[in-house]
Amino acid sequence: MTQCCSSSSDDPTVRRDRAGLWLAATVAAVVAWFVIYAQLQPFSQWAVARLPVEPDSHLAEALAFFIYDTPKVLMLLTLVVFAMGVVRSFFSAERTRALLAGRREGIGNVAAASLGIVTPFCSCSAVPLFIGFVSAGVPLGVTFSFLIAAPMVNEVALGLLFALLGWKVAVAYLGFGLAIAIVAGWVIGRFHLEGWLEEWVRNVRAGAIDLPQETITMVDRLKAGIEAVRDIVAKVGKWIVLGIAAGALIHGYAPADLLASIMGRGAWWSVPAAVLLGIPMYSNAAGIVPVVEALLGKGAALGTVLAFMMSVIALSAPEMIILRKVLTARLIAVFVGVVGAGILAVGYLFNFLFA
Amino acid sequence: MVKDVKVLGPGCKRCQTTADMVKEEAEKLGIAVTVEKVTDYAEIAGYGIAATPGIVIDGKVVHAGGLPKAEDIDKWLA
Repeated sequence: MTQCCSSSSDDPTVRRDRAGLWLAATVAAVVAWFVIYAQLQPFSQWAVARLPVEPDSHLAEALAFFIYDTPKVLMLLTLVVFAMGVVRSFFSAERTRALLAGRREGIGNVAAASLGIVTPFCSCSAVPLFIGFVSAGVPLGVTFSFLIAAPMVNEVALGLLFALLGWKVAVAYLGFGLAIAIVAGWVIGRFHLEGWLEEWVRNVRAGAIDLPQETITMVDRLKAGIEAVRDIVAKVGKWIVLGIAAGALIHGYAPADLLASIMGRGAWWSVPAAVLLGIPMYSNAAGIVPVVEALLGKGAALGTVLAFMMSVIALSAPEMIILRKVLTARLIAVFVGVVGAGILAVGYLFNFLFA
Repeated sequence: MVKDVKVLGPGCKRCQTTADMVKEEAEKLGIAVTVEKVTDYAEIAGYGIAATPGIVIDGKVVHAGGLPKAEDIDKWLA
């Protein structure tokens, strides 16, 4: 490593002190988080009781849902996103690519889907990532496993499902999300569709590059966590509030028997309908989970609403428009077909398991 | 000698921030640079990176994915 400027922050003792300070501040913030979180429910009950609305009315129920769920969801999201931001600082797309390059299908699909959860990924990077993977010798199907898992199984979705629907649903979503990514990627790999990439993509022969080591300290990792929170809250904050507001309306006003008859377990066609409905819709987990919770409360079947949620997140039209730059329309159709079939299967399976 | 810096990225906000950071650090260090933004996917792919924004200094890729740290930029420019 080259000798660098001798500013005071490079002095090891100063740096250690600063790290200690950061650590202490983080611990204090986490403790404060738990203290405040424990007070949310009593506070919301107290607040709603003081509102000039009739108790047990539709309006009171909707308000209680909104007043309790908004801070709860925001707080849980902050914690989960922070933790994930720190975890992600240990990974990079380049390192993941090096792990996956030349890997056999099967094992490769499993590794790619799992790494998709922890590798930093933003949708504006999807195209460079796709080309970067394929041109460096990551098999096409393995690349798809990564690209399916990365947006679908994310900390926002898992954190919110855990918060609002419990750990069983969150774990099931994790498991089935991974399964869809692994199987769909494997199936696409079996089809040998490399020829269906856009021609210029096939001609990129860059190979992987070696990046110089960047210095990452513990403080940097904590900062990465904070950065992730700032990023996500700015990006999804309005979605959450909208989602919770929609959830609150459903909660207070939607007639239960109507929803149950449309989205209940009895209606077999509701799962494919949910998948189709989800494709043109574009939201993220933050906006959709509160709606999911409210729908469930009204008797909608879990598999149906989760299929809807997965479809909204994993098969979004904007993402396909981005990917159209590298994939031919035929390949996108195969992608939608295979992933859609996977979501369909998971929807039915969920309905069967969580009866 | 003027250093030739390329910022690779399809034009998201982070790419812009990265370009601004490089200019700022170069000015602070008194190093002459030209900063060019590369937004063409094929050209970005040609550098072999898998995540944007990427930074190329005098033809060598030094960074890929996420915002760089100011002190790392100083090191690359030095």
